[in-house]
Amino acid sequence: MNESNKEGFDREIQPAYLYEGYKSTILRAPTKPLVVPKKSDIKLSGPVFKDFELGVLDHDLTKNAIKNGEPIGERIVVHGKVTNERGQPIPHTLLEIWQANAAGRYVHKVDQHDAPLDPNFLGTGRCMTDAEGNYKFYTIKPGAYPWGNHPNAWRPNHIHFSLFGGDITSRLITQMYFPHDPLFDQDPMFQSIPLKGRELLVSKFDYNLTEPDFALGYRFDIVLRGHNATPFENI
Amino acid sequence: MDKKKLQTPSQTIGPFFAYGLVPTQYGYDFDSWVDNDMAFDLKNQETIEITGIVYDGEENAINDAMVELWQDDGEHRLFGRYGTGTDKRNRFFFKTIKPKSVNGQAPFIHVILFMRGQLLHSYTRIYFSDEHKLNETDQVLNAIDHERRNTLIAEKRDGKYVFDIYMQGPKETVFFDL
Repeated sequence: MNESNKEGFDREIQPAYLYEGYKSTILRAPTKPLVVPKKSDIKLSGPVFKDFELGVLDHDLTKNAIKNGEPIGERIVVHGKVTNERGQPIPHTLLEIWQANAAGRYVHKVDQHDAPLDPNFLGTGRCMTDAEGNYKFYTIKPGAYPWGNHPNAWRPNHIHFSLFGGDITSRLITQMYFPHDPLFDQDPMFQSIPLKGRELLVSKFDYNLTEPDFALGYRFDIVLRGHNATPFENI
Repeated sequence: MDKKKLQTPSQTIGPFFAYGLVPTQYGYDFDSWVDNDMAFDLKNQETIEITGIVYDGEENAINDAMVELWQDDGEHRLFGRYGTGTDKRNRFFFKTIKPKSVNGQAPFIHVILFMRGQLLHSYTRIYFSDEHKLNETDQVLNAIDHERRNTLIAEKRDGKYVFDIYMQGPKETVFFDL
């Protein structure tokens, strides 16, 4: 591989470690230059999910925590394709998702927002991409919620995603947003992304994916870092 | 030439990841698919323990970080994950085996680190203090300023490897641009 073909984080797209508008970065961002190990010394690999078995309701957050009824809120179905930077699909990779409930409340014990928990909604699940890199899960549209970053700070509606891809350099944790959210302008997490990258985190409403009498459809395609589509099986 | 697609931008893991990513560790009603016992299905192997604390720029222990370890020496590929919010001192713990040296390099474990306050995850590496000879000749370690390379070397204390991570300050850990 020559230098002009260098792979890495795209700094014109990815947020910097330090973004002062998001105050928690100030004491947590590395301050010294990152070290680039000689690429020829590195053999990269990462967890492989080929034989991974999901629970039958892992991909359906509207059903995977039912105690005594249906969860409250607007049901949605999220579809997408996971590819590498060449557009090649990433098959059989794990997606983990977590989110607030329809009222904007997380199950996490640390969340003190005064909005109701939903006894029938946990807000977490998993799915895998198929052989063509496609994934799909059902959930409840998450609510916005306040936080302490700045006066009257509110997070736009979002779903957290965690993905692996082909090796540890394609590891990604991100957030999927919803179209035309009026809270984008005051949200430092969204604003931390260089302008060119912001729309990549906004899902698209898709009438064709909408399931009659059941759920509104959204599409959220994901591009993982790198040019390898499949993990190394053997050394 | 293929038209390059733009990478999906990273966003922070945030403070509320535990019930999604490490639910069993934190006592939520959802089963984790991975935990901190990376050697669970290895028989007759000598295991090691690794522990440490992640510190912010004021040297306060961070209680909402998630640490992932990945090692691959060609023979064993092992992955582990642990959140820093369940131990009183906010330590992380892993049980694994020490990876072998590959091509004369010092053995090491990759660390992928996430936390509230990081918009993009960090990569570092755990090397081992009792691999002095290989550490001395390792190309990656030797490319790093001498006073900083020790931030990558876990000290063996009371039978455990201790690997504290400093995000900032005079002891700032070396992070990699992989």
